[in-house]
Amino acid sequence: MSIEVNGATYETDENGYLVNLEDWNEDIAVKLAEGEEIDLTEEHWSLVRFLRNYYDEYQIAPAVKVLTKAIAAEQGIDKKEASEFLYGLFPKGPALQACKVAGLPKPTGCV
Amino acid sequence: MEGAKDASSREGHHCGGCHSEENGKFLNPTPMLNELESGPWPSFVSGFKELAERTKKPMLRGVLDQLEYSYNTKMGYWKGGLVTVDGYGAGVITRYSMIKDKIPEAAEFHTMRIQPAPGLHYNTAMMRELCDIWEKYGSGIITLHGQTGDIMLQGIEEKYVQQCFDELNEAGWDLGGAGAGMRTAVSCIGPGRCENACYDNLNLHLKALKHFVGVLHRPEWNYKLKFKFSGCPNDCTNAIMRSDLAVIGTWKDAIQIDRDEVTAWVEKKGMDALVNQVINLCPTRAISLKEGEMHIETRDCVRCMHCLNAMPKALSPGKERGISLLMGGKNTLKVGVNMGSLIIPFMKMESDEDVETFIEQIETIIEWWEDAGLDHERIGETIERVGLKQFIEGAGIEADINMVSRPRDNPYFKAPY
Repeated sequence: MSIEVNGATYETDENGYLVNLEDWNEDIAVKLAEGEEIDLTEEHWSLVRFLRNYYDEYQIAPAVKVLTKAIAAEQGIDKKEASEFLYGLFPKGPALQACKVAGLPKPTGCV
Repeated sequence: MEGAKDASSREGHHCGGCHSEENGKFLNPTPMLNELESGPWPSFVSGFKELAERTKKPMLRGVLDQLEYSYNTKMGYWKGGLVTVDGYGAGVITRYSMIKDKIPEAAEFHTMRIQPAPGLHYNTAMMRELCDIWEKYGSGIITLHGQTGDIMLQGIEEKYVQQCFDELNEAGWDLGGAGAGMRTAVSCIGPGRCENACYDNLNLHLKALKHFVGVLHRPEWNYKLKFKFSGCPNDCTNAIMRSDLAVIGTWKDAIQIDRDEVTAWVEKKGMDALVNQVINLCPTRAISLKEGEMHIETRDCVRCMHCLNAMPKALSPGKERGISLLMGGKNTLKVGVNMGSLIIPFMKMESDEDVETFIEQIETIIEWWEDAGLDHERIGETIERVGLKQFIEGAGIEADINMVSRPRDNPYFKAPY
């Protein structure tokens, strides 16, 4: 599978995740978000940037636990609210949708 | 890979998707699976075939074909993935076929976990509705109840999951837990129908799960965490072995003895039975005869339930009832199989305040585990790694001699009744 952005074609896996991490740019993110029926707001962007920075540093997507904690600390809310906030932005779950938009590999989901 | 060769040679007469309508049958031949029907026990294969012939769902035929193929090659061909419904991060277990080119009808066969009612009793109207919705969107296969305690709706394609969930949800059902969060809880029938229930485990199950529903649907802990609620130490939910948080009914005072019923029991079964089947089998020798009367030394009783089960009318749990909390039961993971250890020896569980206190205590325990635990580490393993002392300090629990002094004489032994 592949997606087309600004005339260029980018390879994606069968679930629509970018195959090459370095392909990612903000236009691609918008396109990927469209596929998920999400309009990217500033809140979405800040989460996407967080994920990419985290990935650059650790070469792995953060566990949801880490993500909720970071959001809670950043926004000064408790973890329950942070979780609801995350699912408000990405209704199918931060692991599934936010990672896709951020161009990270598909999380290896467990049961 | 002799098996694989074998399979390819067999493919000629039962390849998937060949829709063997020629022989007038809906299903393709499955000689290997048919063997499973030949034994004396009921077979899932017969059930599968019956359902497939009745509903003519191609997905069911595909799954039988894939299983037949698996039996020939001695390999499994299901892989996971991620499918959820809006706002949920868990509850649908994905099964994609790795050989969908060969058997396209089995390309997707996802499972939806549905939370059961506490005590596992339903009214038939709800069951009918569940079945109707499930047959509309999915395969029609239901497991009551899976190892997780959920109602397992097995076999649905991704494109129908959201619609199916919406309808189920409208009818009052909700998805169960999966992933690194709170899992679906299990409770025994409790006071609903059992005279041994020492607390209202159905009520506690409902309240606790309602409290933790957020993290049940949106997992974000180190790993899974399971509650099981047993009404008495008979532990019909196997909570000690199969749950991180085993909430088991117990009592503090003496076993209640109805003298008339003891006499009636002895008249019917004889004094030999009382001595040989009850007194001699007490694991802690707490029962004796005093001037011909049955006497139980409460100090020595470890609530193994043997005498209560043997003489249900004559003996019943004490009057001061509540719960014990055991923690850390789990199957093999980083370390081997663990049974739960006694953490809270006794807690009253009568009023709403008791329930609240309990839930607050569990919250504290989980907070400690979230910080102290490693990724993919069950709470029992965390406790074992850092030590019980560190744990009870962290969770704000006071050390109590009852945590270690014979919660049961031998917790690994269940007396045969």
